[in-house]
Amino acid sequence: MNPEKPAAPAVDRRNFLKRATSAGTAAFVAAAQQSTADAAPQTSAPAAAVEVLTTDRPGADFMVDAIKSLGFEYIAANPGSSFRGLHESMINYGGNLNPQFITCCHEESAVAMAHGYAKIEGKPMCVFIHATVGLMHASMAIYNAYVDRVPIYMLLGNMMNASTRRPALDFVHSAQDIAAMVREYVKWDDMPMSLESFAESAVRGYRIAMTPPTMPVLLVADINLQEDPVPAGANLRIPKLTLPHPPQGDSGAVQEAAKLLFECEHPVIVVDRSARTQAGLDHLVELAELLQAPVLDQLGRMNFPSRHALNQYDRSRAVLAEADVILGLELLDFWGVVNSFRDQLQRSSTPLVKPEAKLISITVSDLYMKSNYQDLHRFREVDVDIAADAEATVPLLIEAIKRMMTPDRRRAFDARGAKLAATRQQLLEKARDDASYGWDASPISVARLCAEVWDAIQHEDWSFVSYSKYLSRWPQRLWDFTKYHQFIGGSGGVGIGYNAPASVGAALANRKHGRLTVNIQGDGDLMYAPGVLWTSAHHKIPLLSIVHNNRAYHAEVMQAQLMTNRHNRGVDRAQTLTSLTNPNIDFSGLAKSLGVYGEGPITDPKDLGAAIRRAIAVVKRGEPALVDVVSQGR
Amino acid sequence: MKRHLLQIAFAVLAGLSAASAQKAAAPSAGDAEKGRQLYLKIGCWECHGRQAQGGGYTGPRLAPDPTPIEGLIWYVRQPTGDMPPYTAKVVSDQELGDIYAFLRSVPRPPAAKTIPILK
Ligand code: HEC
Repeated sequence: MNPEKPAAPAVDRRNFLKRATSAGTAAFVAAAQQSTADAAPQTSAPAAAVEVLTTDRPGADFMVDAIKSLGFEYIAANPGSSFRGLHESMINYGGNLNPQFITCCHEESAVAMAHGYAKIEGKPMCVFIHATVGLMHASMAIYNAYVDRVPIYMLLGNMMNASTRRPALDFVHSAQDIAAMVREYVKWDDMPMSLESFAESAVRGYRIAMTPPTMPVLLVADINLQEDPVPAGANLRIPKLTLPHPPQGDSGAVQEAAKLLFECEHPVIVVDRSARTQAGLDHLVELAELLQAPVLDQLGRMNFPSRHALNQYDRSRAVLAEADVILGLELLDFWGVVNSFRDQLQRSSTPLVKPEAKLISITVSDLYMKSNYQDLHRFREVDVDIAADAEATVPLLIEAIKRMMTPDRRRAFDARGAKLAATRQQLLEKARDDASYGWDASPISVARLCAEVWDAIQHEDWSFVSYSKYLSRWPQRLWDFTKYHQFIGGSGGVGIGYNAPASVGAALANRKHGRLTVNIQGDGDLMYAPGVLWTSAHHKIPLLSIVHNNRAYHAEVMQAQLMTNRHNRGVDRAQTLTSLTNPNIDFSGLAKSLGVYGEGPITDPKDLGAAIRRAIAVVKRGEPALVDVVSQGR
Repeated sequence: MKRHLLQIAFAVLAGLSAASAQKAAAPSAGDAEKGRQLYLKIGCWECHGRQAQGGGYTGPRLAPDPTPIEGLIWYVRQPTGDMPPYTAKVVSDQELGDIYAFLRSVPRPPAAKTIPILK
């Protein structure tokens, strides 16, 4: 059977309820007379009490209805017996459609796929996770999504009632408080012990995950609740889902911020996870153009067009040095933006902005805090602090500034903008000039690699789903990013092993939109869980992966180098532990073995363009393809 | 105590760099091939690229027009930013002279304007 197109029984909530009321009840029978009598050898062992498990109406069917009511397209999962009830119901009752299973080879891959998917689609993917061991596998990816403030909807098996556990297996796969191990980095978890409360928690969890700051949530589906019959006469209903509107900034504070930005000479807008949607990006452009203020994009999301005249990232230091008002939108680390921190010779920090510069922060992050993991960064010392969703608040700021506008200020703003536009053109030319150095080098320079990819994709509807900071930001320096789906930021927690699965998840989301998903994939990252390549082949997920194969954990090469230098010895030994050579990894062979089209290793830059185009032809046929490029460090 | 140690460390560093500056005046003409090997061996390539083309944000371009040898030695001994220092204990002035010769030998790339895909 084609896994993509299963027969789909029509399911709706009301149907389930009708059928549930006529369902049979669980029966405890003293002894199954017939079967024991038939069992030939006569023994003196006492007849065991048996519990009849066969049922036409398991609780999991109702759970499936609850899950379906939330509109998921997919469930990413690695199979596990602690959700076998849900697994079966999803196939036979739910028809494996809306949502449909995506077979993953590792729970970490499943969650990271959901992470990439959510950043393209703007809504969570469902993930089923096996009790204890599966959750342990998943935990790093959950942490990444938590730090990245991305919604993921996770269902986890577990069995609370010890007397119904199968010996051995169910005991090691159960816990008293199973969510405890990830509670510090999920927004909410729950373990409903009835189907009624499961439905409520299922809807509540979705709403919590989707309310900014969005984050992963975890719902425990008790095994007995999944597998036992729906109790006779159970009054089951699934509550209506209404997503809350994200909070807008206080009107007085917005007015104050608008006045500061309007009256100053050198406003600067710094953005990190500012835009959640295309509308968020468009509003940011409107705000920047209204003020003719430079924008410094920290690349947490696709916030601002890369070639826009006001995109001044490559002049960050100069722009910050003259700033008199800095508006930070959803900045993870405002302190880190306005200070430099030096970790060489002497540890020191230096302010990058004038002491009298006024700082305005708009972020939703303060509305949900936890203490243990330190992703709160250094203390943010600002002048106007607005605890609100930036995307929802920017339109208010625009209106407030428009109301203040005068012809004089308009002229001043336009003059400011004209200067910035001239420098932007120079920055683009400088980027191209910088890229030309090492142009014919082998291993291939990262600039050349990115230029070749751009040349091949620029006329497509492309979506770039890797993190540019490991690529020295070459994509942002050379490519023309304009649309929200063209970039999705990074992993959040910088837990390596994110990129490969997240790119597959993003490509899955892009598939129905017909976009060409492009992933420049780190070699070290891919080696964590390369099984996700098989997932992309199995589910026919079109994805172009270009392996940035620098044959090392390059960030760590540099870190080891810093230490050898600091300690004045063995400066030629930074490759120990950090290199991925001897043998070199054959990524094209790896891809082929997992059913993915593979090219390479490409060592001569002159061969690269054609290899990328051949791979794109495969992707356009609806399949994944990989090109292994032997590249330089950064 | 800690401060005292730091002061000594600074004094030592300052002494080293003064010594380097003196010697830097006359490292004999460097050997570019030796310099290339050393550039790769002791990690300059990690941040500056294998052809010293610059590694984006990890380190600036060093070739084909390197900082004059005196400046190069001075900077390598006590960098002012994120670059890790290489003291005379781990790389000699003579060796840096070889690296300098290598940097000078790196061919100039074609002008960006002549590269079709960079237009
Ligand atoms: C871990 C990264 C790293 C390594 C390894 C490294 N550098 Fe640097 N280097 C930098 C950075 C970053 C800068 C820019 C200034 C700064 O932040 O210190 C720099 C600046 C320089 C400069 C001054 C700038 C210029 O344009 O001339 C020279 C010279 C230099 N490096 C030479 C070397 C040499 C030679 C080696 C090897 C012996 C080396 N570097 C190894 C990161 C590195």
